[in-house]
Amino acid sequence: MSVTQPRTLDDLPHGGFGVEPSAGGGGAKKRRSTESISTWRWGDRIAYGMCWVAGISLCVIAAAIVGYMAVRGLQYLKPSLLWQHPSGEVDQSKSGGFLDPILGTVLLTVIGIGLATPIAVGTAVWVVEYGRPSWLARAVESGIEVVAGTPDIVLAIFGLALFQNGLFGWMSFTAEGGAVFGRSFMTAGAMMSLIALPMVYGATREGLQSIPRHMREASYGLGKTRIATIRRVLLPAVRPNISTGAALGMGRIAGDTAIVVILLGASLRLENEGSIPGLNVLKGTGSTLTSYVYNNSPAGEGNAAEKAYAAAFVLLLIVVGLNFAVDLIARRGAKTGLEGTRLGGR
Amino acid sequence: MEATVPPIRKIVVDAPPTVVSADARPTNGHVAATEPAPAGPERMGLDGLSVFYDTNEAVKSVSLSIRQGEVLALIGPSGCGKTTLLRALNRLTELTPGARRAGQIILDGQDVDELEVTTLRRRVSMVFQQPNPFPMSIFDNVAYALREQARKRPGRSVVEPLVEDALRRAGLWDEVAEDLDRPALRLSGGQQQRLCIARAIATRPEVLLMDEPCSALDPRSTAVIEKLIGDLRKDLAIVIVTHNMQQARRVGDKVAFMYLGDLVEYGTAEQIFDHPRAQRTRDYVRGDFG
Repeated sequence: MSVTQPRTLDDLPHGGFGVEPSAGGGGAKKRRSTESISTWRWGDRIAYGMCWVAGISLCVIAAAIVGYMAVRGLQYLKPSLLWQHPSGEVDQSKSGGFLDPILGTVLLTVIGIGLATPIAVGTAVWVVEYGRPSWLARAVESGIEVVAGTPDIVLAIFGLALFQNGLFGWMSFTAEGGAVFGRSFMTAGAMMSLIALPMVYGATREGLQSIPRHMREASYGLGKTRIATIRRVLLPAVRPNISTGAALGMGRIAGDTAIVVILLGASLRLENEGSIPGLNVLKGTGSTLTSYVYNNSPAGEGNAAEKAYAAAFVLLLIVVGLNFAVDLIARRGAKTGLEGTRLGGR
Repeated sequence: MEATVPPIRKIVVDAPPTVVSADARPTNGHVAATEPAPAGPERMGLDGLSVFYDTNEAVKSVSLSIRQGEVLALIGPSGCGKTTLLRALNRLTELTPGARRAGQIILDGQDVDELEVTTLRRRVSMVFQQPNPFPMSIFDNVAYALREQARKRPGRSVVEPLVEDALRRAGLWDEVAEDLDRPALRLSGGQQQRLCIARAIATRPEVLLMDEPCSALDPRSTAVIEKLIGDLRKDLAIVIVTHNMQQARRVGDKVAFMYLGDLVEYGTAEQIFDHPRAQRTRDYVRGDFG
């Protein structure tokens, strides 16, 4: 006689971890799968109802925003708007599309996140993995909190004051008398990075802190240095966190208006500055979808509501798309096998 | 947007597909203690080793010899300094703030303090209590241990035979050869622990330290790993910390009983378990305390 050992839980006679319902209380009555609310106190019932209402109304509000913008946007959105340059005409039929604002949004987002990510990740690694002296680590943490809490309009004004300094003349248009304009993709991107930085920093730090200590010890135990451990073990492990933070930060940058209006010049088209290809765009001014919407809304100079609705819809699509990207990235973390562990996050 | 629910996975119980004869004598993974240990050269020597956490002396002047071809099992109740002693051997205690060490540890005639700590830890590598593979593929887990010893990162073709060799010696190759790029964290607990062993022996260390390597595993995986320990001791010296006296008896050639930081008794497994000399050892192996 021979016995074949069960190889999977499905082969086991009881078919896995079946949980027997516990006895007691119900007597002969058929047990209900959920408890009845009618046994609750009134206060609990009201609170429970309010939680429901809150959740559902949030869904309704979100759907209303997206739905309204979709209806209005699709009504006015023509494909040609996406690749026509805007013009200064007052007549809505002649004022062109918003190719430049779209390019501006993309360019500014790339600059902002490109600056923010390495700084934020580096800072998070230092704070979590080294963090000595501890007073300095605490100071860095509070510094980032201050940056995160600063309103973007304040950042914009500060940026303008900073970059109009002669020291930063290479970053923007310089008038003949030596006056520095201070407004360009570079200066706006630099300030935008401050908007994204706290999000990337927070996500990275949280990821690093959730890596158990024994993971680091395993690496040290193999004769690895701290640097090798950070580079080959810790950073790859928090890559989904970094991506999530970066995508959130990109959403914030794409949606920011104050810095664009004040620091990007908010010129209708991309206005190049200088003669070096590539750099001339970065030194030049432009606009983004947010500033375009603002200018074309009844509050702005353009007062072209149709264009504003169409551009707002495109902006919404970009931001919602970024949010979906966040979700995808978070789920891609599953491929590393981290799902269901403390490292999996989200 | 759908919620991110982890997929339901089939849990594969960690064991080779063996057909066991019902008449066969149960082995329980029993390998070592009955066979005489092949006497090997001394790999590590401890001379008056003490470890302090701030003012608390966790290991009190322990002198021991660790030989190749031998499994040294450290037994004793919780918090009596076994793990601390183990971690002192590859200077992992230095990572704990406030820890100090006194006494001498010799590795092949050389004081470990004279060695570069990274070199020491490659020659005296460690397997931990909790299986802790890195969140990367099976291949990369082992390759990570091998790489970066060279200044230039060797390519996959260079490392591949070494990875295979390590996985074979850890008895994992047949189970993972199909898909080396699978995430290591998808393996079962026992497989993960064998992967950690493969990772630890990939660099051909002289001494392998194991800190309760089976305490997080089911009995069958434990048996597989105990068998593996018996096979590995031919090539290296093994020091294993265990709470489980049956395990110490099964895998240990030499057994050291520690109590409150003191090395109370050291001898062959048979002597410690069947003819203990000290009263405290006798009480402990009989199960009077612990």
